[in-house]
Amino acid sequence: MLAFIVSRILQAIPVMLVVGFLAYALFTFVGDPVTIMLGQDHTEAQRQALIHQLGLDQPFFVQYAKFMWAALHGNFGISFRLAQPVAGLIAERLPATLELAFTASVLATLMGVPLGVYTGIYRNSPLARLFMVISLIGVSLPVFLLGILLILIFAVALGWLPSFGRGPVTHIGTWWTTGFTSWAGIKALILPGITLGLFQMTLIMRLVRAEMLEVLRTDYIKFARARGLSNRAINFGHALKNTLVPVITIIGLQLGGIIAFALVTETVFQWPGMGLLLVQSVAVADIPVMGAYLMLIALIFVVINLIVDLLYYAVDPRLRIDRRTATGAR
Amino acid sequence: MPLLSVRDLTVEFPTRRGVLRALDRVSFDIEAGEVLGVVGESGAGKSLTGAAIIGLLEPPGRIAGGEILLDARRIDNLPYEAMRHIRGRQIGTIFQDPLTTLNPLYSIGRQLVETMQTHLRLTDAEARKRAIGWLEEVGIPAAAQRIDAYPHEFSGGMRQRVVVALALCAEPRLVIADEPTTALDVSVQAQIITLLKRLTRDHGTAVMLVTHDMGVIAETADRVAVMYAGRVVEIGPVVEVIKHPAHPYTEGLMGSIPSLEHRVERLRQIDGAMPRLNAIPPGCAFNPRCPKVFDRCRVERPELLDAGVTRAACWLHADRAAARSERATHA
Amino acid sequence: MSGQTIQAPRGEGRMARFLDSDLLYSFRRSPIAIVSAFVALVLIIGSVGAPWLAPHNPMDLASLSLLDSFKPPLPLPDSGWSNPLGTDNQGRDVLSAIMYGARVSLLVGFLAVGFAVVVGIAVGLTAGYAGGALDSLLMRIADVQLTFPAILTALLVDGVIGAALPKSLHTSLQLYVLIFAIGISLWPGFARTVRGSTLVERNKDYVMAARVIGLSSTRVMLTHVLPNVIGPVLVIGTLALGNAILAEATLSFLGVGLPPTEPSLGTLIRIGNDFLFSGEWWVTIYPGVALVLMVLSINLLGDWLRDALNPRLR
Repeated sequence: MLAFIVSRILQAIPVMLVVGFLAYALFTFVGDPVTIMLGQDHTEAQRQALIHQLGLDQPFFVQYAKFMWAALHGNFGISFRLAQPVAGLIAERLPATLELAFTASVLATLMGVPLGVYTGIYRNSPLARLFMVISLIGVSLPVFLLGILLILIFAVALGWLPSFGRGPVTHIGTWWTTGFTSWAGIKALILPGITLGLFQMTLIMRLVRAEMLEVLRTDYIKFARARGLSNRAINFGHALKNTLVPVITIIGLQLGGIIAFALVTETVFQWPGMGLLLVQSVAVADIPVMGAYLMLIALIFVVINLIVDLLYYAVDPRLRIDRRTATGAR
Repeated sequence: MPLLSVRDLTVEFPTRRGVLRALDRVSFDIEAGEVLGVVGESGAGKSLTGAAIIGLLEPPGRIAGGEILLDARRIDNLPYEAMRHIRGRQIGTIFQDPLTTLNPLYSIGRQLVETMQTHLRLTDAEARKRAIGWLEEVGIPAAAQRIDAYPHEFSGGMRQRVVVALALCAEPRLVIADEPTTALDVSVQAQIITLLKRLTRDHGTAVMLVTHDMGVIAETADRVAVMYAGRVVEIGPVVEVIKHPAHPYTEGLMGSIPSLEHRVERLRQIDGAMPRLNAIPPGCAFNPRCPKVFDRCRVERPELLDAGVTRAACWLHADRAAARSERATHA
Repeated sequence: MSGQTIQAPRGEGRMARFLDSDLLYSFRRSPIAIVSAFVALVLIIGSVGAPWLAPHNPMDLASLSLLDSFKPPLPLPDSGWSNPLGTDNQGRDVLSAIMYGARVSLLVGFLAVGFAVVVGIAVGLTAGYAGGALDSLLMRIADVQLTFPAILTALLVDGVIGAALPKSLHTSLQLYVLIFAIGISLWPGFARTVRGSTLVERNKDYVMAARVIGLSSTRVMLTHVLPNVIGPVLVIGTLALGNAILAEATLSFLGVGLPPTEPSLGTLIRIGNDFLFSGEWWVTIYPGVALVLMVLSINLLGDWLRDALNPRLR
């Protein structure tokens, strides 16, 4: 078990190094930080001075090493656009994104899994068909459009919920801010949370349903029926357990998707999170922010993958015996 | 009175090109405690018969005619819940592939206990004790320790033993064994067959043994039914059917089995192939390939006729049957 | 005698076989497939034929007049049949803008998916056929990319290339950059599927037979294996088309997609979003509806295709 964790961590390190390399290549070859920082009119002397100051005249790998070392200490450079340390910017906005992602995931899972199971078991009932139609619309509706529609209905027309922003927040610890502490804060979370979560919910539902249908066709379910087990035991015992094992891992991987799609939701709702920061940075080619975002996302995905692998390991007894199967089992 | 009685069972599959008849008036009986072998090529309808008996035909297949009687009571028209109580408790099933038949996420002990508690009133402790007992009976070493193990921790032969235990643990009166040894190594096959024979004898369970392997039938069965294109073409005591086959198809089957005793230059083959379900010829289904075919065969489908010790669906025996009944009426 | 009712097949020839095929049968029996195919067809014809079919040309700045701005759609008061869906802030007819915009959206979608299919098939065939280290490497790359959501990949690629290009080239190449970015984000899905199918086919006897005869690997791959992987590719391609269109719309909405000079449906929605609160909802909502209809019908067709081509799911 311990060996498993260690080996996964060791596998993650080269991935981070490669991503860091890509991020740093971004820095060096794309865009001209000197021009951006000094403006269009600058003398050659000023240019050379700044180059030397930023350390841009050193060999590439030295710069890369220094970059990675700084990154390990949380130093990602200075944003071109806002002239503030990138790390600070991100820290400021991370809680907003994470709270939004958390709310959306919880909504998506709590609704998606039961709906998926229901439509898998009772596949031809009218209610199941209705859910499938709704889910199809959910997959075809772009996240931003849903957000706009929700704003139109609940904020503009009905005036029940705020249409942008995060509402009042309280500070916890050294840098975390939360909106959960006030009713207004929670109200602000609802529309963006639904917007972000609906897409994931439909994905989860269709996934669980597909998996359930597959499982219900297997030989062991046939054998269970041949042994006269009750429908309840078969559907909610055998079938459900076998369905959830791959589904758990995929839900975990979806978490990454939520964090990414958050950026669209944040744009629609002007939610002050990392996604909005990224969009603003891409629009003006603010490379340090983009690079830092890239590395942070990679780190998050690596951590999520690790947790998912551990979950898989804990739930599926087959993996505990043969570790070679574990890495190929996906 | 036979334990199981199948009368004129007909199973159809409606498809977009018409209705396919996969079983066409299949009839046979199984007495309590006897082993009936059901043999035939792939696609002859053997497994389908088993599925129909326990009410697990895959849609769109459906029973289109005939009756299935257990202890003289009809079970083919029972609602799902009623049938469910029969499955496992009255009729057990063994499937072919032990790899896919066991749920990989449940320990074998749990699967045994669950099956027993569905059908018998047992406390958890009693059920567990019985489960260990069953594992020992089927020959799993160190049963008390291995009861909480998972299926993938066993070899193929061991897994099939577990499947046998699962089929028998609710103490059914009949077990339908659908190709129980086909997926196993040859050496293991013999062990499983011996096990099955012993257990069913000890518990007085009848067996419907479905297989395409005549050798297994010869070893194990009391009587055998030969199926072809969804019909039973011959049925009788196993020794008779093997030594004195009354139907030309059975004759061909026996002739194509290599024997250690006689030397032959070439194995006899039956020309042609079993017809597809949408192209079954009128009359006797075997007539295009039969070396002894004559006109009546191509027109009228023969019922199972008395051919001495066995019964065969072949017009060759029509005269004898007629003569016998003539003598009977004149006697 | 045997009591079976069987219809004779409808004659020889490829057309006859197609008409009789299971695919067409399944299509005819599925009202959803028929309706969505119809809707998709209408949308495609409307958009591809926009230059000829649209009542106005919203790109033609000379024909616009600010007096026409913000005309509401039918059946609200002050509307008219010349602008059945209303006009935007510059007097552009919303219906025509939608038709032109859908044209761009479809173009980007098709080309992006086409790009992804070509790259995906090439990589998948190579990986599956070659096996070994090459296979592992290629699939590792695909896997790593697959863990990132496509929209993120497209956004970053778009951003990076946008930053790398000098400003002058930026706007004129934006269309191709976008197609490339979305295509890049989609290839791993195709590669994985094609590789999977290739692995299955590679072990089949007919491939071994072809190699024994002495056909080169490439030839075997292209002529024998490729036709067998077209089915799953077609299914994924249809669903990917929907995703590509959504991706383009999202990127345009975020402002990093197509510029207002060549607006796609996403751009239109973004432009109209500003007027949502002041009451001129039609500038955003109608393009939105068009977008959803387009993607929905494509998704429905893709779903039907997948079920029809999957022999087990009958």
